Amino acid sequence: MFPASTRNKTLQGGLHSSPQIRKARQRSVRLTNRWIGLLLPLTLLVVWQAAGSAELLNPILLPAPFDIWEEFRAMLLSGELLSNLGISTWRVLFGFLMGGGLGLAAGLWVGFSHKAERLLNPSLQMLRTLPHLAIAPLFILWFGFGEESKLLLIAKGSFFPLYINTFLGIRSVDNKLFDVARVLEFSRMQMIMKLILPASLPNILLGTRLSLGVAWIGLVVAEMMGSTSGIGFMINDARSMSLTTVMFVGIVVFAIVGKLSDSLVLLVERRLLRWRDSFQGEGGQ
Amino acid sequence: MSEHSLVIEHLNRTFASPAGPVHALSNIQLKVKQGEFVTLIGPSGCGKSTLLKIVGGLDTGYEGKAELNGRPITGPGIEKGVIFQEPRLFPWLTVEKNIAANLSLKNPAVRRRVDELIELVRLKGFEKAYPRELSGGMAQRVAIARALLRSPDVLLLDEPFGALDAFTRAHMQEVLLDIWQNNKTTMLFVTHDLDEAVFLGEKVVIMNPRPGHIREILPIDLPFPRSRTGASFQELRRLVLQAFEKGEEPALDLGAGI
Repeated sequence: MFPASTRNKTLQGGLHSSPQIRKARQRSVRLTNRWIGLLLPLTLLVVWQAAGSAELLNPILLPAPFDIWEEFRAMLLSGELLSNLGISTWRVLFGFLMGGGLGLAAGLWVGFSHKAERLLNPSLQMLRTLPHLAIAPLFILWFGFGEESKLLLIAKGSFFPLYINTFLGIRSVDNKLFDVARVLEFSRMQMIMKLILPASLPNILLGTRLSLGVAWIGLVVAEMMGSTSGIGFMINDARSMSLTTVMFVGIVVFAIVGKLSDSLVLLVERRLLRWRDSFQGEGGQ
Repeated sequence: MSEHSLVIEHLNRTFASPAGPVHALSNIQLKVKQGEFVTLIGPSGCGKSTLLKIVGGLDTGYEGKAELNGRPITGPGIEKGVIFQEPRLFPWLTVEKNIAANLSLKNPAVRRRVDELIELVRLKGFEKAYPRELSGGMAQRVAIARALLRSPDVLLLDEPFGALDAFTRAHMQEVLLDIWQNNKTTMLFVTHDLDEAVFLGEKVVIMNPRPGHIREILPIDLPFPRSRTGASFQELRRLVLQAFEKGEEPALDLGAGI
């Protein structure tokens, strides 16, 4: 028998290269993992720009990326973009807080109480499947073209993901932990604050992410149905004047803020759910 | 008050099932003295876990008498610490917060006791670790510390080391005996492992199934620390085994021994 140290050396020396090279390779793998998500959009962008420069594309239907960028700069400098974005963000935020807050409250209530579940859940499930576009005209009829109808539409959308996921989260708390809490003589309040809420937090955060996403979708519908401000209005207005570059700017801005708000919740999630022990995907940590 | 902390008399437990009532426990008589270490052993289905649940107040559908310190058992509580087969820690709390659970570590008395218990269950250095970072044996020690913080009158252990490997299990048995000798907490310990029952118990309660009943209660008059290899240990082990062979169910899990 070899002593363990030499055995290791011969094994590794035979199969792998030196530790420095291995470390360098690990670092490059990490870098690849981080930037790999950019590969596809970058390629697309290059091909798109090349086709545009070669005048293969009709600029009214599909302007080249560089022209969109120029438009974006111009709109940013004139302040038009930021004022519209400000209004849209405000609407999303308030609509989300209203709808998501109510969704969270309803989810908690229905989750805790069997009676509340029987009372509310069937009706809420029925409302859930109603599409925005079917409801929007009614909201406009009732509340006019003002802010109320828009906020309500966004609120309606962001209510459901938080409601359903909160409800599900509470109902999936491990019964075995309830036994522990009973043995340790948790009060009713401690049961809620120290067991049920933390245990359903992963679901609640997932619901928050989904709700925020739906809030942005509701915003576009609301602003396109009838509005004089906001990114959705900007896109709709540009369409009527065939300003395709402006439409693209609007779409790109939506994509960016949507992703940003999602990442924000993800960041919070990562902080709050450090304790979680679940599969992070192959090659993940 | 009598010297017995736990008194069970004429205890029956019947479960309803589609095929008619099932007798899980039949006419159980058991008395446990203050500070005594009692092990319950028997094949699966003999009702040993059901009995433990009843004492823990987690199953109140029994008939007969079950009293702790003269008071009938009507529900769970901190005076009856329970260690389950799995550690059942709160995964979102660190070790020290798991031990404190619904008590605040900002309370200096709690803080001091938690620190003492972490020392006692040999988890120094892991105060801030999350349960996912612990091994099975460590997690179970956290669960024990969590129960001990409440200074229970009796500690109920339901095959607590069943999922651990042989070495960890032997180590955990030593830790538990240490705790028992320091705190003199009454212990009721369910196992299906013959060696574990004889190694730990001052009294081994032998149970048989269909319906679950106590076959024999065997005193183990060996001084602690016990040696598993000694002649008297082997002799007592043989006696327990014999008690089972007298019963109609010899299906004991002997392989689980060390």
